[in-house]
Amino acid sequence: MTLSVDIRARLGAFDLDAAFEAPPGVTALFGRSGAGKTSIVKAVAGLIQADRARITLDGETLEDTPFRLPPHRRRLGLVFQEARLFPHLSVAANLRFGARFAPRGATSIGAPPQPPSRFDDIADLLGLAPLLARRPRALSGGEAQRVALGRALLSAPRLLLMDEPLASLDEARKAEILPYIERLRDEARLPILYVSHSLPEIARLATTVVALSGGRVAASGPAAEVLSDVAAFPIMGRQQAGAILPATVTRHDADGLTEIAVSAGPLWVPRIDAPPGASLRLRIRARDVTLATQRPEHLSALNILEGVVEDISPAQGDPALAEVALRCGADRIRARVTRRSLAALNLSPGAKAWAVAKAVAVSRRDVGAFEEREG
Amino acid sequence: MTAWLPDWLGPAEKEALLLSLKVAFWATLVSLPFGIAAAHALARGRFWGRALLDGLIQAPLILPPVVTGFLLLLAFGRNGPAGAFLENTFGLTVAFRWTGAALAAAVMAFPLMVRAMRLSLEAADPRLEEAAATLGAPPLARFVLVTLPLMAPGILAGAVLAFAKAMGEFGATIAFVASIPGETRTVPAAIYALLQTPGGEPAALRLAALSLCVALAALVASESLARAAARRIAS
Repeated sequence: MTLSVDIRARLGAFDLDAAFEAPPGVTALFGRSGAGKTSIVKAVAGLIQADRARITLDGETLEDTPFRLPPHRRRLGLVFQEARLFPHLSVAANLRFGARFAPRGATSIGAPPQPPSRFDDIADLLGLAPLLARRPRALSGGEAQRVALGRALLSAPRLLLMDEPLASLDEARKAEILPYIERLRDEARLPILYVSHSLPEIARLATTVVALSGGRVAASGPAAEVLSDVAAFPIMGRQQAGAILPATVTRHDADGLTEIAVSAGPLWVPRIDAPPGASLRLRIRARDVTLATQRPEHLSALNILEGVVEDISPAQGDPALAEVALRCGADRIRARVTRRSLAALNLSPGAKAWAVAKAVAVSRRDVGAFEEREG
Repeated sequence: MTAWLPDWLGPAEKEALLLSLKVAFWATLVSLPFGIAAAHALARGRFWGRALLDGLIQAPLILPPVVTGFLLLLAFGRNGPAGAFLENTFGLTVAFRWTGAALAAAVMAFPLMVRAMRLSLEAADPRLEEAAATLGAPPLARFVLVTLPLMAPGILAGAVLAFAKAMGEFGATIAFVASIPGETRTVPAAIYALLQTPGGEPAALRLAALSLCVALAALVASESLARAAARRIAS
């Protein structure tokens, strides 16, 4: 199930011109406010009309100007930033709203095909059973958003569109919903187009990232690649940009540290609740990496990786800084250093260097939650 | 049939009251679908002539009622184009009949009905209809399952207001269908006739008291429906 999108639209003073593919998994549309993320989702759902659009889902044309399938015939579930539950219906009636319009025999993604179990399965998956008899106004923000997600799933959509579904929630409510979305991604093999401007959310959920800037695609591809791509750095914000690398838990040491292995060698982080052999994802922010031209000694930092300088590019927005890409084993680490240090160390592509990571963020899932670990 | 009416009303007064109730009931019932359509067009529609439609609907509020009645007479009288059409197509005569009184009452009450409905529709979030569309609901289903329930309290309030207004309509009615006892002499027309008759004041006073009760009851009902609406739609 692949969604292919090519949209050109003039919306007020804003030009949208974006083309990308969303393969199975979670494709994150990522960018700052006003980058065009929501407009793309609305155009895919058929809620706004683009000047020119070509949108296909697994070969079926949803829109190819002037042809335009109306929104109710696209069968795409959309979860909005606000839950948009029907206030005159109970939670159960809200959940069942879409089912009557789904074609006979259509199975909801995210549940087995047997119709009797579908409702219960999704209610279970999202923990909705205790809410069914309530009215939407009696729900908390997090509960309402879970109901909205269940309602979209039960309309038997072929693709789920989520437009900043967590943006109006506080951190506790976000933490309440994220696991459900992860379960959808992992268990239901549900194709999801997910809009967000929050890097931690994207890093946790996305398998594919489309980075948008000013209505155009700045970078797109597998999450790990795009999130460590210099081109996407300005969108992520310089404080958050960095590299993502796969790792495996080696062992838990007696002093409370966990040893993990990346392709370039071992790293140590405070105890991780995962058995040896478990796969992890690490995120190392460019600003947390120090470079050295000799293996550093007499240093409190534990995490030192040897590599070769691949590329040096100017840091956007700050003439004093530069972004350095370091090849460490099979991975690439990003470092942000001053130009003065570059000159002092005489670093250039091909030079040997050691990366000292002051902080490593760890995630248990494929591209999952990152918890900051000082190591 | 008139047994449930209080004994202190004379037969002509009872007749006028029953006629008024009949006229107001049919005026309200028949104009309901048109009211909903007009409220929907004015609240959600983006079309050429929207301001003109709005003006036409509001006109009876501003025009002297006798002018509205006169225009109705021109259009719906036996020789008027609309009157001839109704007569030939549906076999329905409105000139100098109670049906004409109902038509006059409906036209006069229409702005009030549309206003109440329009307000409740404007308060309903159009993004809910968008959400219904993404859940697969075609336009008619969106209207019936989402829009109508959201504006239902406004529909009820508008209907109650229109009923009360129709009960009290006088100027347009008397200009259009005159004041024929048993056919078009509604409560206000009967009060007017009684005032023209020596010794008619006590009967006029009784009918006036009745009118006051009906109007107050309608206003109270309309207000409480509006409050219920606010509670229901608040999410």
